[in-house]
Order: sequence, then C-alpha cells, then structure tokens
Amino acid sequence: MTPRRKKRLILVGLLLAGVTTGTALALYSFKQNLMFFYPPSDVVAGKAPAHHAFRLGGLVEKGSLKRRPNGLTVEFDVTDLKKSVHVQYTGILPDLFREGQGIVAKGRLGPGGIFIADEVLAKHDEKYMPPEVAASLKKAHAKGVTTAETQTP
Amino acid sequence: MMKFFHKLGSPPYFYGFAGRLAPWLGIICLILLVIGLYDGLVVAPTDYQQGESYRIIYIHVPAAWMSLFIYMVMAVCAVLTMIWRVKIAEVIATASAPLGASFTFLALVTGSLWGKPMWGTWWVWDGRLTSELILLFLYLGIIALYNAVEDKRTAARSTAVLTLVGVVNIPIIHYSVIWWNTLHQGPTVTKLGAPSIDPRMLIPLLLMAMAFQFYYFAVVLMQARAEILERERNTAWVQQLPEVNGP
Repeated sequence: MTPRRKKRLILVGLLLAGVTTGTALALYSFKQNLMFFYPPSDVVAGKAPAHHAFRLGGLVEKGSLKRRPNGLTVEFDVTDLKKSVHVQYTGILPDLFREGQGIVAKGRLGPGGIFIADEVLAKHDEKYMPPEVAASLKKAHAKGVTTAETQTP
Repeated sequence: MMKFFHKLGSPPYFYGFAGRLAPWLGIICLILLVIGLYDGLVVAPTDYQQGESYRIIYIHVPAAWMSLFIYMVMAVCAVLTMIWRVKIAEVIATASAPLGASFTFLALVTGSLWGKPMWGTWWVWDGRLTSELILLFLYLGIIALYNAVEDKRTAARSTAVLTLVGVVNIPIIHYSVIWWNTLHQGPTVTKLGAPSIDPRMLIPLLLMAMAFQFYYFAVVLMQARAEILERERNTAWVQQLPEVNGP
C-alpha cells in the first residue's frame, strides 16, 4: 500500500470513528426522548409527564375490558405484568384490539390516575404462524407446557 | 482470483462482463419472483393474528432489507473510491443510489399501507420508522450531491464522504426496535436464534428476498454500463464499440 493510500485509509477510519462516537453519544443522551411510549411501571412511579400528553404502552389486562352501555367509550387496564394503569378511551379501536393484546395509547393523566386516551394503536408481535399452530400452542400452554410465549409490548 | 478483480476494475472489461451477466441475473430474478409470489400469495397459510393482511410482508420486508443492503454496497464502494480511486466503484455507487432510494420508498409505502389496518395508523414517529425515513433522505441527498458537481470524479468523491457519514444510520435502523420501545415489532428473521415465523411462510419470504437481490444486481449492472459509456464517451474503446459506432 502506497503512503498516500495509507494516509487516506487512516482518514476514512477517523471519519467513521468520529461519526460513530458522535452519534452514539447523542443517542445515549437522548435515550429517554427516543422511547415511543412509557410502560405502566414508569407511570405509576410518577416518571411520566403529569401535565402534558404522552404515550402509554403495554398489554390490555385480561378481564379488564368494559364497554359503556351507550356509545363508544371503553375502559380497560394496561399492564406490563408488574403494574397497571386504568385507561378510558372514546373512539374506534383498531381491529387487533382485544384483551391480552399489546397496545400503545396516546393521552394524558386525568384525576385519580386514570389515563384519558385520545388515540389507541395496536402493537402486534414479531411472530407469524397459521391459526392451527397458534391454537395447538395455546392448548399446550394450557396443559402447563411452558414456552417462551409471553408477548412483550 | 485477484487478477480477475483487477481486470473487473478496468471499464472496458467490466462493460463487456456486465453486459453478458445482466440478462442471466434478470432471468433468475423473474423465475424467483414468479415462484415467490405464487408461494407467498396463494400457497402460504394465513396468519393467526393478522389474517390475509400479513401477505404484504412479501414485498415490505424484502424491500426494507434491500434498502439496507444497497446502502452497505454503496458504503464499500465509497471506501474503494476514497482510498483506491477505483472507477468502477464510483460507477456502481452512482448506479445504486436511485435503486436504494426506490426500495426505501417502497418499504415506507408498503409499511404505511400495512400499518393502517393493523396498528390503526399510517405513520408514527417511532425509532424504526423515523430512521428508515432518514435513510430515504440520505439516498436523495447522495443523488442530489452527485448531480450538483460538474466533474464526475470529484462528484463521486464528495458523494463517498456523505455515504460514509450516513452509514452510521444502518445499525440504528436495525437495532432501533431493540434499543428503544417502538410501535414497530422486533426482528422476526434477522436475529440470533430461530426465526419466529412458520417455515411455510418463511420460504416464500426468502424467495422474494432473493428475487429482489437478483433484480438489484441485474439493474445495477445495466445502469453501471450506461454510466460507463457516458463517462468514457471520448475514449477510443467506446468509439470502437459496435453499438456506439453503428454498422
């Protein structure tokens, strides 16, 4: 390798190292701002903003979904399997919305720690399988066969 | 072997070699595309959660993989351009940029079409979607910078610097769904451990990914030939080509 090329190689290396370090530091310091949603634990611990809107993400707790008799208002609990937050929402829910499903809700904390949502999005996992496979997995799960099937939001 | 690569670095040899190779790559692409589409859209089972809608995966995921792969090709070309001044590397990087931008655009559009029925929104500013959008802007910036400089060799060198600065975005796109919580789900196939997708659904996905690869190689070689002709139009070897000289 000629000395000129060696010099250029060092320059390229320095360029890459500099850009990588800069970006890594920037991303590290903005880590909290780059999170798309707050898990229920953070909300219960008071880490979520109290006076402006934020997103809450987690699973719809099984058995918690209640529909108000007249209208589009629903209430449910969002959990990260440690803590849960009560959510109230008026509007159309996405097709994938159901108990046990991961969701991300946008809104703000109301009186009594209730999260008043004005948008609810469904979050699905990275698994793809035919319905019959999902059904047999569920059956095996019910029988007490432990699989790595816990869906993380 | 090294001798072959040295030969490939010479524009006249590359021009002939690419011209002979490109049609074959195109044929392989077509075969894979037909089998992959049929297998993915007709044979593969429906998804337990998303029903038939998940089938857009057969366009969305290969397009997204290509958007990253083409950028990595351009980054390697940028290093070859900056250190060794390889002309062919400049040409391939130039020819790759519009293809990379197209695949990124396709990934964003199909993702948006998929997001509306499944998530309930066309777009959110989460880590994955935002970093992929930045990739599109990088491609467009690279194309614009190349065209803004009159001298092609100077243009290629400036573009190489921009390409290398932008390469930091590639791991960010890949790890965005792991480092931060996002609306986009985590990786299904590109991770350590077994893919979380049924084999009957995975095979057409891989076929489609290979079809997209062959499409890229076929088109980039043809585009590179056109770029070589334009750059070297005043040289003797181009003047003597039958397709330039005419009968």
